Amino acid sequence: MEKRKLMRGSIALAEGAITAGCRYYFGYPITPQNEISEHLSARLPEVGGVFIQAESEIASINMVLGAASCGARAMTSSSGPGISLMQEGLSYLAGSELPALVVNITRIGPGLGGISACQGDYWQATRGGGHGDYRLIVLAPNSVQEMHDLAIKALHLADQYRNPAMILADAILGQMMEPVNLDPPPVEIPAKPWALTGARGRKPQLVKSLYLADGEMEKHNWHMYEKYQRLQEAEVMVEMDLEEHMDLLLVSFGSCSRMVNSAVALARSRGYRVGHIRPVTLFPFPGDAIREVSRCVGKVLTVEMNTGQMWDDVRLSVYPGCQCRLLARPGGAIPSPKQILEEIEKYIKAGDLLAKSVR
Amino acid sequence: MHYYDVVLSGFGGQGILLTGDVLAHAAMLEAKHVTWMPSYGVEMRGGAASCTVVVSSERIGSPFAEEPCCLFSMSKPSLFKYQGRVKKGGLLIVNTSFVDPSLITREDVKSICIPASEIAYQEVGEHKMANMVMLGTLISASGVVSLEKTEAAMEEIFSGNKKKALPQMLQAVRCGHAWHLRV
Repeated sequence: MEKRKLMRGSIALAEGAITAGCRYYFGYPITPQNEISEHLSARLPEVGGVFIQAESEIASINMVLGAASCGARAMTSSSGPGISLMQEGLSYLAGSELPALVVNITRIGPGLGGISACQGDYWQATRGGGHGDYRLIVLAPNSVQEMHDLAIKALHLADQYRNPAMILADAILGQMMEPVNLDPPPVEIPAKPWALTGARGRKPQLVKSLYLADGEMEKHNWHMYEKYQRLQEAEVMVEMDLEEHMDLLLVSFGSCSRMVNSAVALARSRGYRVGHIRPVTLFPFPGDAIREVSRCVGKVLTVEMNTGQMWDDVRLSVYPGCQCRLLARPGGAIPSPKQILEEIEKYIKAGDLLAKSVR
Repeated sequence: MHYYDVVLSGFGGQGILLTGDVLAHAAMLEAKHVTWMPSYGVEMRGGAASCTVVVSSERIGSPFAEEPCCLFSMSKPSLFKYQGRVKKGGLLIVNTSFVDPSLITREDVKSICIPASEIAYQEVGEHKMANMVMLGTLISASGVVSLEKTEAAMEEIFSGNKKKALPQMLQAVRCGHAWHLRV
């Protein structure tokens, strides 16, 4: 085993991308993700790659589209406002079925917001902020190790399904240092016979998202839908920390799940039987796992650093009749393990009187 | 389960984040779980700087410290800001070259008042090494990591073009460690 290294999340992610064979980065500066660009600006030339600081986020995402069309593993990174500007390009990437990695180290929003940790971009990431009937593959790390590992995973999934993938993280994960094992997994970049690599010796190819003939676009949308169904069946990643006869099930993702982990340990030390489900893939969402587990728990508490965005998906997933509560801290506030513990105690003691959802 | 969390705080430029880095690095070399979390905002030299280091024998949940086992304080504002949060029976290490010890209001914690900048100047010839002197005291008083691993961590961090500073840094940590054993 290679020695562990103490690293910031942003650097670990950048190193993961390089390990996965990503050799093209296009980006425009924005806090709190500049460490990614800074690191890659030095590292990519070392490994024969290309780093371009574009004139804007719109240019960045379209450069990614260009590189991806040629079959390259390419990426960009930004934060909330920059990701908003990239939505048109993301829609084009999805429509053209092009693989790419887009990293969102989120800011507080809406608007210019602030640079602290927040999870307010869940809807944008999982619902698609761009136009049209598409989804992004969305991965949500909760440690520096996962910043590294999921960057690799995201680039693989993107190629495998010919779809843009997003890493959704925040300033906690970007700035925090933890030991990381950088053991490189074997890199296998799949063949890309569709890529625009020059037509010498073969018929010219076209990468596009425009389909004007009668019925063509419907066919294309169903084709993409079928791809998303395959993702849902084969690529769900979820971390479950469960017990026998649970009084309460917690659901959280990303940095917030770290505070929930601490709260779960506190609650168990006080004799409460609680479990925790952490979606690692936000799309495809681990709805089946939540349905199955919530069936024998009855009470589900979602903890999020927004006003309740993943809560939508949790409520769509739980076993019918389950109570679903929310502990929400938007705007850069971080729920403390103590606050989560108080909520756990209150909810468990509340009995079954509250049959309806309570915010 | 062994769990120890430290808030390191002072002014930007005093080497607060670096001190935390060395501590976290040493914990990693001891095969412990560790997180290093900087305060994050609109930072500047001379402004407030702080970071939290959590060391544990088990997987770490929150990288923040609501009630830290130890506060490492190099400035008056940081003492005011964090001393109320230190766990009862915890440890408070204050650089009295910068902070008047009469400002310590906690009586239910163990306070170590060290004139770290003076020691650094007298023993190492560089008052800016006060952070490393205090780190030596911190590891001696808390036992969170060993002096040996701290030195090994510093050798890894201060390598390449930073190697020039290593001998002084090591000496500063040893001075702080020895100072604590004497008092």
